[in-house]
Amino acid sequence: MIMRISESWVRLWHNRLAISGLVLVLGLFAVALLARWLAPYDPDFIDLKQVLMPPSPAHLLGTDTLGRDVLSRIIFGARVSLLVGFVAVGIATLIGVLVGALAGYYGGVLDQILMRLVDLMLCFPTIFLILAVIAVLGPSIWNIMAVIGLTGWMGVARLVRAEFLSLREREFVVAARALGASDVRLIWRHLLPNALTPVMVSATLGVAGAILVESSLSFLGLGVQPPTPSWGNMLTMGKDNIEIAWWLSVFPGLAILVTVMSYNLLGEGIREAIDPRLRD
Amino acid sequence: MIPMLLGITLVSFLVIHLAPGTPTELQTTMNPKASVEAQKRLRELYGLDQPLQVQYWEWLKRISRLDFGRSFSPDRRPVWDKIRERIGVTLGLNLLSLLIILTVALPLGVLAAQRAHSWFDKGTTLLVFFGFAMPSFWLALLLMLFFGVYLDWLPISGLTSLGFSHLSFWEKFRDLGAHVTLPVLGSAFLGLAGVSRYMRGSMLEVIGQDYIITARAKGLPERVVIFKHALRNALLPVITILGFSLPGLIGGSVIFETIFAIPGMGQLLWWAVMARDYPVVMGELVIVAFLTLLGNLLADLAYGLADPRIRMG
Repeated sequence: MIMRISESWVRLWHNRLAISGLVLVLGLFAVALLARWLAPYDPDFIDLKQVLMPPSPAHLLGTDTLGRDVLSRIIFGARVSLLVGFVAVGIATLIGVLVGALAGYYGGVLDQILMRLVDLMLCFPTIFLILAVIAVLGPSIWNIMAVIGLTGWMGVARLVRAEFLSLREREFVVAARALGASDVRLIWRHLLPNALTPVMVSATLGVAGAILVESSLSFLGLGVQPPTPSWGNMLTMGKDNIEIAWWLSVFPGLAILVTVMSYNLLGEGIREAIDPRLRD
Repeated sequence: MIPMLLGITLVSFLVIHLAPGTPTELQTTMNPKASVEAQKRLRELYGLDQPLQVQYWEWLKRISRLDFGRSFSPDRRPVWDKIRERIGVTLGLNLLSLLIILTVALPLGVLAAQRAHSWFDKGTTLLVFFGFAMPSFWLALLLMLFFGVYLDWLPISGLTSLGFSHLSFWEKFRDLGAHVTLPVLGSAFLGLAGVSRYMRGSMLEVIGQDYIITARAKGLPERVVIFKHALRNALLPVITILGFSLPGLIGGSVIFETIFAIPGMGQLLWWAVMARDYPVVMGELVIVAFLTLLGNLLADLAYGLADPRIRMG
């Protein structure tokens, strides 16, 4: 086990794309944490004499319709994206692991019911389901984190179930059961640790997905509400001023693209490091 | 199929009852515009004084007759009428982008697999990474910005121009085409990434099989090997993936229809959520899930047609 992990690390280290993803992800964390010191302006400072200024040395990425500095708002927007991404994926992973573990371990009728539930949830286009819940609960950053989590666990559940099904009959599990280990102990100590790596990959990719969903919702006016800066709601302003201020439509989107791509690169990198056969 | 349909209605029903308190309270606390009359209508619609299972059963009976109640918006029209007149637009646009996805992604995937690790393959891989990371609404904005505003080639809003009804048939065709180009291209680009990736992977797997080596060994031209022996088998898993990608495609409609002001189901849902028009939201949810289920069924049937081994009895 130890051997395998260190081998994987070496492989990850030699994957240039994955490492650049990792560096970007860490960089984003730094930006989100140090936003207060990195941002050249107060992101909420309204300056009506500097409205809709194109990029210039004073405002590197220009200003918006209220004269707020776009760069500073993008820097603070990183906080929202990362927060939503991590909390939503945390919720989704928790539910997914629980459902998948129960289905895979106990099998039978419980498995049947839970997997039909997964199929059922997959019938709904995620965004429709999310919007319906938002219609009831109202848009706020906490609600969208919960909703993205509650509608995003199905993939993890399938993954964990598949792992459990194959692990369940392996010698070490049978041996532990023969020694009288309880179900909880078997699941928690023997099965779960061995199913964790694919979950890690899907969680990394999940953060990217959650950030995409959050920004779409905020863009539609149903996610993070202004004046809190999020990349999605900044782009709403870009759309409303698309004919006069291109910079409002370009830079926040670029931030989303780079963020999502770095999580994807890292996730794919971990996947390949764990299972080198995937590199065709 | 039937249990799934019931499940869909149950989930939709529960979503609306998810809120703390009853929907009528919500309506009044969160939307001050809701009148006492609207409250009464809501209570009647859901029979809120009844136990939950009775409410569900009554609602189920109603929607089996396609009666989703009336919209809360000032026009008070039946929800089904509102959805019916928009379903065609959404389905049409999605079919169009599915068509584009298939005609571009499949050859792209095959070529990338055939020349694995070449520059062409690396180029498409890069494109795929962009496709996966690109927020759909940002892509729409960029398309608008470049083709609509900067080049001023294509309209960026609506389905038709003013005075559409006075145009001749061909002018109508051109006008409609110009309006749908950007939204369709946008949603097709996003679907492209996934499908071409799967096509490549599936093709690579098939090319490594013994029977392909046999086909090559007996001297068949490469073209025949690829398109006749390999492609037909490699297409099978892709059909399943197409079925799975349907929800995403339809989900994209909300974004693209909202941005390009296209009168489809996605735009209606957005309006309904903004206005907390619950009957419309529930109706949309049920119908869109039903459409997805139907799409998956079609994919299963197509799979059966393509693969004689699993043809149903």
